[in-house]
Amino acid sequence: MRDVAVVGFAQRQMKDFDGSPSMAELLVPILAECYDQTGWSKKDIGFWCSGSSDYLAGRSFSFVSAIDAIGVLPPVNESHVEMDAAWALYEAWIKIQTGEVDTALVFGFGKASAGVLRRTLSMQLDPYTMTPLWPDTVSLAALQARLGLDAGLWDEAALAEVVNRSLTDAEKNEYAVRAGGSSVSELLARPMFADPLRKHDCAPVTDGAAAIVLAAGDRARDVRERPAWISGIAHSSDGLHLGTRDLTVSGSAERAAAAAGGTAGVQVAELHAPFSHQELVLRSALGLVGDVQVSPSGGALAANPMFSAGAVRIGEAAKRIWDGSADKVLGHATSGPALQQNLVCVMEAAENGRAK
Amino acid sequence: MSRTLQAPVTVAFDYTRSTGPVLGRFFTGLRDATVVGGRLSDGRVAVPPPEYDPISHQAVTEFVELPDTGTVTSWTWVSEPVAGQPFDRPFAYALITIDGADVPWLHAVDVSSSEEIETGMKVRVKWAEERTGAVTDLTFVPDSVGLDTPPPSGSSGSTSDPVSRIVTPVSLDYQYAASPEESSFFRGLAEGRILGQRCPKCQKVYVPPRGACPTDGVPTAEEIELSHVGTVTTFCVVNVPFLGQKIKPPYVSAYVLLDGADIALQHLILDIPADEVRMGMRVKAVWKPRDEWVTSIENISHFAPTDEPDADFDSYKHHL
Ligand SMILES: [Zn+2]
Repeated sequence: MRDVAVVGFAQRQMKDFDGSPSMAELLVPILAECYDQTGWSKKDIGFWCSGSSDYLAGRSFSFVSAIDAIGVLPPVNESHVEMDAAWALYEAWIKIQTGEVDTALVFGFGKASAGVLRRTLSMQLDPYTMTPLWPDTVSLAALQARLGLDAGLWDEAALAEVVNRSLTDAEKNEYAVRAGGSSVSELLARPMFADPLRKHDCAPVTDGAAAIVLAAGDRARDVRERPAWISGIAHSSDGLHLGTRDLTVSGSAERAAAAAGGTAGVQVAELHAPFSHQELVLRSALGLVGDVQVSPSGGALAANPMFSAGAVRIGEAAKRIWDGSADKVLGHATSGPALQQNLVCVMEAAENGRAK
Repeated sequence: MSRTLQAPVTVAFDYTRSTGPVLGRFFTGLRDATVVGGRLSDGRVAVPPPEYDPISHQAVTEFVELPDTGTVTSWTWVSEPVAGQPFDRPFAYALITIDGADVPWLHAVDVSSSEEIETGMKVRVKWAEERTGAVTDLTFVPDSVGLDTPPPSGSSGSTSDPVSRIVTPVSLDYQYAASPEESSFFRGLAEGRILGQRCPKCQKVYVPPRGACPTDGVPTAEEIELSHVGTVTTFCVVNVPFLGQKIKPPYVSAYVLLDGADIALQHLILDIPADEVRMGMRVKAVWKPRDEWVTSIENISHFAPTDEPDADFDSYKHHL
């Protein structure tokens, strides 16, 4: 395996992007920040990979106009996934492992405010037995939340505690769409939205984009004193049918964490949990116990830009290595209904098997 | 004035899907007012039956006819329904475990408030009178609710053939926004002007302007007003009729390179027989009457010959 590190990260998270769904105009300054951080130009990037969705944009091949932001003439080495950019990062990591390239720039973008997000996402369900009923994302998460409540795995106060901690942490995040903690009792006094979930239990509809730079070996050392070396990365998926899986646990998150080498020693975990109870499911599946700091950025309850929120988690976690505040961190991304698919990226201050 | 132009757009189409033997059996059952489950390798019965067993990954082949009653395993209240959902007023989605099944089924329950549903509640199917063999052939009601009519039996269709395909209509609404650069182009059209933008690096003039130059990846900032006269770089004769066509074939759709631009604009060439249109032909924009102008490329009705001599191939060969 080649040693590959996260060495650049830029993001925008906002309530409503006033521009076209290709977001090329928004991506230009984000990519510029990545060049600033690395001292590189377009010519230094060996591979490009983006994550976005045609259903979110309301037009086919929507990523094609977005890649104008790269400058794609003459042609560049480029790919796209209809997933969060965290999965684009996985593809880029593989590409670097093949030895074909040493560097990659990964980006994701999405204008969720253009449609009715919780409805648009019905298009990712089983098209035979689910999509025709148009069950929205929030309802599906609420069914999952109640299963845990009924089973005694969590209570409403536990959900409110997750919200309160997230929104308090989000006060320090300039990109947070929603911020400001209050108290568990104040949160529990608010009205139900999708019983048993209140609006604050659900991530806000968010537009945004993010970009991450990956580099191998010396290319990474050239850029950062403490590159965030990827010591393990893996993703896994549970079945399409909600009924045939136990929604109170996340088998796929657990498998991804195991395949990424486990989570022992992780000090900071940025979790992509768009619903409060999903943080509890993930903590358990990922084995995050003790004093692991969870989502100090405020997490997805503070801002959840579709198709980049997972990549943002990896970027936020990597920053903790760069600034020396942690030696081992974890970035997590999810996709699909009720945590169907999960990706885990473990990063460390020292390269695999070498001294810090 | 908003920074960008926006307009509502609806993207709608039908997905037609073949059902295969497992889902076909399930949907045939629904059409005939019967709930059909599939037996999994560990002995559990699942409704709807998955095509492949989630544990053994073998095809599901054993089917079980079940009653149309069940128990709420989990539920949520849809306080703000969205388009396409089974009810356009508040209702419940629930995971319902059909009697005799072991795996819950996601469906809708018709109750008028969240007070009227709870985990463990008994529910039963309310069949639609017209059934096509789809999950929308039914909803659930509390078992305590008396049904006006006895449950239908047998096929509601004109055929008893198995259901081999389903049609799922998709319709999604968007508030579509143009980029700031495109917005300036469309606003220009509303004033009878054709606006492009120049890339600060390569000096190329794009029309319509774009969020970034595809060569340099920088915004095309400087606004350029373009000539209404240009050269046909390439074209095609449309002979095929299609849905929504506004002009009777044959007619010509062409790329017109406006004088001063580096990107050709696609438009119609009219006022000349289709077989006389050629590469290099000089054409000019023909505008609709001023009182019909909106923020649209349709303000230009079409392009028509200027009757100037054709342009030299060398003058446009780099733009093909
Ligand atoms: Zn340029």
